[in-house]
Amino acid sequence: MENWSLISLCVLLGLTSRWAVSFHSYSGAGKPPIFGDYEAQRHWQEVTYNLPVHEWYFNNTNNDLNYWGLDYPPLTAYHSLVCAYVAKLLNPEWVELHASRGYESHSHKLFMRATVLFTDILIYIPAVLLYCFYFCDGSSKQKVATALCILLYPGLILIDYGHFQYNSVSLGLALWGTLGLGLGWDLFGCLAFTLTLNYKQMELYHSLPFFCYLLGKCIKQGLTGRGFFHLVKISMTVLVTFALCWMPFLSDPKQPLQVLHRLFPVGRGLFEDKVANTWCSLNYISSYHVCETHLIIAGGHSGIIMLPLLLKDGLLLPYVVTSLAFLFLSLYLLSALERSTEEELRLGLYRKHTQHWLPKLNLSRIIKWKFWFSLVAMAALSFTSVWLKPPAKLPDLFPVLVSVLSFLHFLGFIIYFNQVQLMEPQRKKSLKKTN
Amino acid sequence: MAAPMTNDQSCFFALALGVSFLKCLLINAYHSTDFEVHRNWLALTHSLPVPQWYYEATSEWTLDYPPLFAWFEYGLSHIAWFFDKEMLVVQNLNYASPATILFQRLSVIVADVVFFYAVKECCKCLREDKGKDLLGKPSFILTVLLLWNFGLLIVDHIHFQYNGFLFGVLLLSIARHFQNRHFEGALLFSVLFNLKHIYLYIAPAYGIYLLRCFCFTQSNADGSLQWRSFSVVRLVTLGTIVLSTFAVSFGPFIALGQLPQVLSRLFPFKRGLCHAYWAPNIWALYNIADKAFSILGVKFKLLDINKLPKASMTGGLVQEFQHSVLPSVSPLATLVCTLLSILPALFRIWHRPNGARGFLRCLVICALGSFMFGWHVHEKAILMAILPLSLLAVESREEARIFLILSITGHYSLFPLLFTTQELPIKIFLMLLFTIFSLTSLKTLFRKGGALLNPLEATYLLGLIPLELICEFVYPLTVWQKTFPFLPLMLTSVYCALGVTYAFIRLYISLLTCSDNTKKIKTQ
Repeated sequence: MENWSLISLCVLLGLTSRWAVSFHSYSGAGKPPIFGDYEAQRHWQEVTYNLPVHEWYFNNTNNDLNYWGLDYPPLTAYHSLVCAYVAKLLNPEWVELHASRGYESHSHKLFMRATVLFTDILIYIPAVLLYCFYFCDGSSKQKVATALCILLYPGLILIDYGHFQYNSVSLGLALWGTLGLGLGWDLFGCLAFTLTLNYKQMELYHSLPFFCYLLGKCIKQGLTGRGFFHLVKISMTVLVTFALCWMPFLSDPKQPLQVLHRLFPVGRGLFEDKVANTWCSLNYISSYHVCETHLIIAGGHSGIIMLPLLLKDGLLLPYVVTSLAFLFLSLYLLSALERSTEEELRLGLYRKHTQHWLPKLNLSRIIKWKFWFSLVAMAALSFTSVWLKPPAKLPDLFPVLVSVLSFLHFLGFIIYFNQVQLMEPQRKKSLKKTN
Repeated sequence: MAAPMTNDQSCFFALALGVSFLKCLLINAYHSTDFEVHRNWLALTHSLPVPQWYYEATSEWTLDYPPLFAWFEYGLSHIAWFFDKEMLVVQNLNYASPATILFQRLSVIVADVVFFYAVKECCKCLREDKGKDLLGKPSFILTVLLLWNFGLLIVDHIHFQYNGFLFGVLLLSIARHFQNRHFEGALLFSVLFNLKHIYLYIAPAYGIYLLRCFCFTQSNADGSLQWRSFSVVRLVTLGTIVLSTFAVSFGPFIALGQLPQVLSRLFPFKRGLCHAYWAPNIWALYNIADKAFSILGVKFKLLDINKLPKASMTGGLVQEFQHSVLPSVSPLATLVCTLLSILPALFRIWHRPNGARGFLRCLVICALGSFMFGWHVHEKAILMAILPLSLLAVESREEARIFLILSITGHYSLFPLLFTTQELPIKIFLMLLFTIFSLTSLKTLFRKGGALLNPLEATYLLGLIPLELICEFVYPLTVWQKTFPFLPLMLTSVYCALGVTYAFIRLYISLLTCSDNTKKIKTQ
């Protein structure tokens, strides 16, 4: 079969599963007075449509920042504004100032879900396809298989089309940034990445690799010659993009300060909704206010991490189905376990360290056993979270266990990916993202 | 450890599992009144004694499937008990708790296992199964065409019915005939008929084929009938199998003297010529021609508008059709037309049988002929032609062509079944998925010999895209939506009827002109 038809089939499968998940509940559905992320996004449409720009991030009678105040950078606000215009055309009640608070209806849900699908098709899916075809190894069938697995990744589907968010925009733009760098279009990559930073500040986590890569490239080209010009061009691209995005907020020095205050709320608590990261498990204060969305960025074995959140949203069925489907698909299509020899897993560094005291250690087999073990652990935790009641003295036992398990996985991934990166031979086009 | 699965087997398993996951995701989708129909049947078979099953009328959705299906619902009801006992109370009309929905949807998904098994058996019957790679193998293509059939997915797993399970029995029966296990095939068909009597449409094909190719054990050198080879034993055995199935199914009701009541429930002829949404058959074209003639006649003053009988085509469960210009059609007329349409095919396989493949062609023609000319045909009945035709499509170029036209048109004609906005993207994505796959895989399979579809056929199929845009997106925004709300349905019906009719004619030509095996056909 031709490539274009295989790609279309993959995309259609991805779109079908996305829309099918969207039939289910969303965060905060039917839970006044606060509701959830879905209401937050609707509220931002209301605020951006009805209020002038300089009031968006400020607390006043028209804009109660305690009720889902804007806490994403300006590009999200502009996106909400565009959606609001469409919403106004379809049904003005959806974005009426104050009166639309907590508005819920079937047609509104369809509209909101459609906005997610639209941006997904526009930004994320083309990026995934291009990424697979330009940067993945193997035959075209293997590339299509990889694309399919990425498109069916449950974490993103469940959060964007279940819980309700627009991570496909930020992740898509970040992926375009990566593509740009990989293809040698540095300025385009910078533009895309700056846009994603201006969409969700969490992408700062990815900015360090971007920065280091580009800086390294400029240094290589010679900081006194071409490299310097390149650095200047990159800096200009970034600055101009920032300026354009923040332009409405630059008239008054109070504006950008307030926006930054909203984006980085040091006033808020450390934990938000029992998250899985170092802080939750080690109770170590080093970073502030990490929330579930970061976990998509980290990727991996990840459905389990969001289980407590998804259970709260009433998304158990799509969670089980998409996770099982993804697991099965990646095992089957990518023959994940067959290709886990030591060489393929690039366990060289581990091998070096363990060689002396455990020469007969079969690392690849250990990895396989660890994989099955963690699967069993995840299944068991899922089952207990749904069916069993925690002991009265430890009401949050299961979410914490989930967090601990996920943290251990992430720690493992961080160590593994770092070692892959360090061992990676010099290649022209490579910027491996840990996702 | 178990023996490792072959590439083919693991591929089949992957496809079956994949489609099952998709079905699970659709659990929360829209479901039609058929959901309540089946819930009601679960309730009445569980709560009431057998003698009351065909008399119960608390709900408007009375039991109108044969007894074996009632027993199937009875069996299901015992499992339903563990999900939600309230669904088994007959008085709980339109009861649809989350547990009820979960149970009913899962029952359809699990019952599809029968379909999976049947598809596997059908793949074994393919003549040759070689391909450049896995994706180009006829068995792979057939598996996807059947397991991921668009019509089955949306009718069973959204609209809500048990067609997967029933078509599984049908395909298994066909596979058994291919494998020369005719007794099993006959038994399966009798069981199928006693599960859903719509399969009466294809009973003539079974009857003629079994009589000609099984009861007459040999043919002459030129393929004609050898009268002396008639085997009474086989005929009697077949008869016993069929009659005993009927006895198990209808026996209790005959003993109770309820047969007339059961039959009246099974064949409610009070309904009109066409369903509320016209199936894309001859009568849709007939209706539109009648309408056109009456409008033109009045316009050119050939007819007096006051003297014309009022042609009513309004919506509702019961549709009485009175035509204005052309003669009105009675149930007897449709029966005669149906029989006339399938007789040449039956005669053909009697005269020049072509083994199991000839039987399958005849079966498809019987299904399609009944669809074209039948009384009160539902558009879902097109699946009875499309699914068996898939087997022929992966083996013959001409049939692949007919399959493409019939399946794309037939599947599109199912669109009005899902009229909700929420399901709109799903039906479009799935339709595109199936259409792209069937077009490209069959085109690759039969790449030698030029294009599979000629320009006219391709244009007709492409015409479905503007039709969909007009009916689904443009028309609702116009002023006519309020005054003529049925117009998009009529347009869809008529446009698809053209494609279905064309496929029917081509299929007939293919059957009547296919070269038969003139060697001595020993059918044991």
